[in-house]
Amino acid sequence: MSGRITLEHGSGGALARELTEQVIYPYFQSQDYPELVDAGSFSLAGPALLTTDSYVVDPPFFPGGDIGRLAVFGTCNDLAVCGAVPLVLTLALVLEEGFPIADLHRVLHSVRSAADEAGVRVITGDTKVVPAGKGGGIYINTAGVGRATPGLELSPARIRAGDRVLVSAPVGSHGLAVLAARESLAIGTTLLSDCANLHPLCAGLAELGPALRCMRDATRGGVAAVLNELASTGMGMEVLEDAFPIRPLVAAAANLLGLNPLEIANEGVLVAVVAAGAEAQALRILRGHPLGREARGVGTAVADRRGKVVLETTIGGRRYLDMPRGLLLPRIC
Amino acid sequence: MSPEAARANAARADARRQAAPLLEEIRKLCDALGREVRLMEVCGTHTVSIRRAGLRSLLPANLHLISGPGCPVCVTPAGYIDAALSLLDQPGLHLATFGDMVKVPGASGRSLVGRLGSGRLRILYSPAELPELARRTEGPVVFLGVGFETTTPTVAAAFLQAARSGIRNLFLYPAFKTVPPALRALLASPACAVDAFLLPGHVSAILGLEPYRFLEGPGGTPGAVTGFEPLDLLAGILSVLRQLAAGRRQVDNAYPRVVRPDGNPKARQVMEELLEPADALWRGLGEIPASGMVLRQEYRFLDAEERFGLPPLWNAEPPGCGCARVLQGILEPERCPLFGRGCTPEAPVGPCMVSTEGSCAAAYRYGGAAP
Repeated sequence: MSGRITLEHGSGGALARELTEQVIYPYFQSQDYPELVDAGSFSLAGPALLTTDSYVVDPPFFPGGDIGRLAVFGTCNDLAVCGAVPLVLTLALVLEEGFPIADLHRVLHSVRSAADEAGVRVITGDTKVVPAGKGGGIYINTAGVGRATPGLELSPARIRAGDRVLVSAPVGSHGLAVLAARESLAIGTTLLSDCANLHPLCAGLAELGPALRCMRDATRGGVAAVLNELASTGMGMEVLEDAFPIRPLVAAAANLLGLNPLEIANEGVLVAVVAAGAEAQALRILRGHPLGREARGVGTAVADRRGKVVLETTIGGRRYLDMPRGLLLPRIC
Repeated sequence: MSPEAARANAARADARRQAAPLLEEIRKLCDALGREVRLMEVCGTHTVSIRRAGLRSLLPANLHLISGPGCPVCVTPAGYIDAALSLLDQPGLHLATFGDMVKVPGASGRSLVGRLGSGRLRILYSPAELPELARRTEGPVVFLGVGFETTTPTVAAAFLQAARSGIRNLFLYPAFKTVPPALRALLASPACAVDAFLLPGHVSAILGLEPYRFLEGPGGTPGAVTGFEPLDLLAGILSVLRQLAAGRRQVDNAYPRVVRPDGNPKARQVMEELLEPADALWRGLGEIPASGMVLRQEYRFLDAEERFGLPPLWNAEPPGCGCARVLQGILEPERCPLFGRGCTPEAPVGPCMVSTEGSCAAAYRYGGAAP
């Protein structure tokens, strides 16, 4: 099948069946998913976690990734940071009339290869079509189920004064790569999204046991949003601007656009809080994996300044690092 | 750690080592002056850099940094937005603008945001996109010409290029401003309590030092052309404090790695080929003689105001909005009754909360100095 998506592809009729059977299903057919039925089955022993997330990135293809990869890793990462082993996913597509079927193939190929990389299976799905002009080409929702790790209790409420905050990788790449692709900025060709599967890092840190307090995937709002969220449960946070890993190209581009790299979305950055005594071991675990090679300790939980994140700047100034606000609009001079 | 991360870290650690002696001398000079010292950072980019670096937490308590009228969006009169909105009533007309202009409410309270979905409002990152945009567009394209001497030459270059290549559907709605006349007007105001100016680095890279010479001499006000990195800012602050301590009144260049004494004559030439000085209305500061740039007689055919019969600009402040006083440096953003209550970056009342360079937005975004 070639050409473009039409409203008939979402009608439930013959063409819709053809799209599912010939374009979508072949990417996911397997022993566990041998025939097209309305619900996929899987077995679980013990407690499980369920999450869901929708993906509306514009443009759907960007340097370093695409909406398909994002839809798999994003949902798997939500499970992984909660201490679960991702097992199965659902895949719901909302396609805009006129979306090229060749592009749909590209996205589905990405979904499949990302799922293979993450060790998860797509076991059911759905497709809808909206009229031209009513959707951004393609939107995806994935729900994911993961097996909980017995005995692993992760919560910001477990953070204690003196605990250390770790960041697994350089920040700010994803949001800037997408912005650059959307606005056709010249930096777009060299800036890559960091879109990645964080489960190996999370599973590694789980070996720390109770010394691992909690983990977060620093997506929208960047590490600034995550730190404020962690602080909002009671502890204050003190972080060092110098300590955050930031690629020089990201720093330069963000500066040019008037953006703060700490507030820019990531898709492959893990923020973890660990007991002070476990910091060295945690960094060894993170750096032992290619995704965590540049992991750093960036700050400390403190008993005073409850609910606040204090940033010590490069030059030694101190200011509050707030929850990011407003839209990503560039400055004008 | 990767080599690039290691290099970046070394550079940062170095910045802190270099800052220490500057901060020490700033402390000593402020002690010696023994009074409240008020420095105005003229440029919006200064304001953002100061907040972002948490610089205030490092400075002595008697040294106050006040934001000036250096955010181009903020000093554009409210009526300009209403006139721009009225342009979109013309069938087939497209507006092109920088992003920050879009959220500013006009005198009517309406902003351009409501027209973003119309397909006739284009947000630009660089004026260089203008000729191509006009070529691709069927009807007239009007560019909202807002900015200081930093921005104006690139806009002028784009319009000259378009005119030379025979593009006939690109028009300019000029509200350009120039910095030195505004400083003169600020100093003339009885409400002004500024001891010295941190002069804008980027603007001065175009202008050079000559246009600021009126600051010099007896009865004058010390000034230092200042860059934007934390160390640049400390160097600028130190430069004017030394002048105050020694009783000197002159224009120092504390940003020599970028600013040449004669500025950028080529850029000025491009600007002056298309535009000429004219009296201009500033939000907050009112009418200031020769502080704007309008199209020269021979390029008036590009003028959107003439072409589309736009009314003269007018100022209007929303009830309770302190932007006019914030822009003159006589009201701190946090002391405006609307700050953080009826006025936030998500739902701004006045322009200083809209622009990323606005002093209210910078205060809101980066917060105060942490103790």
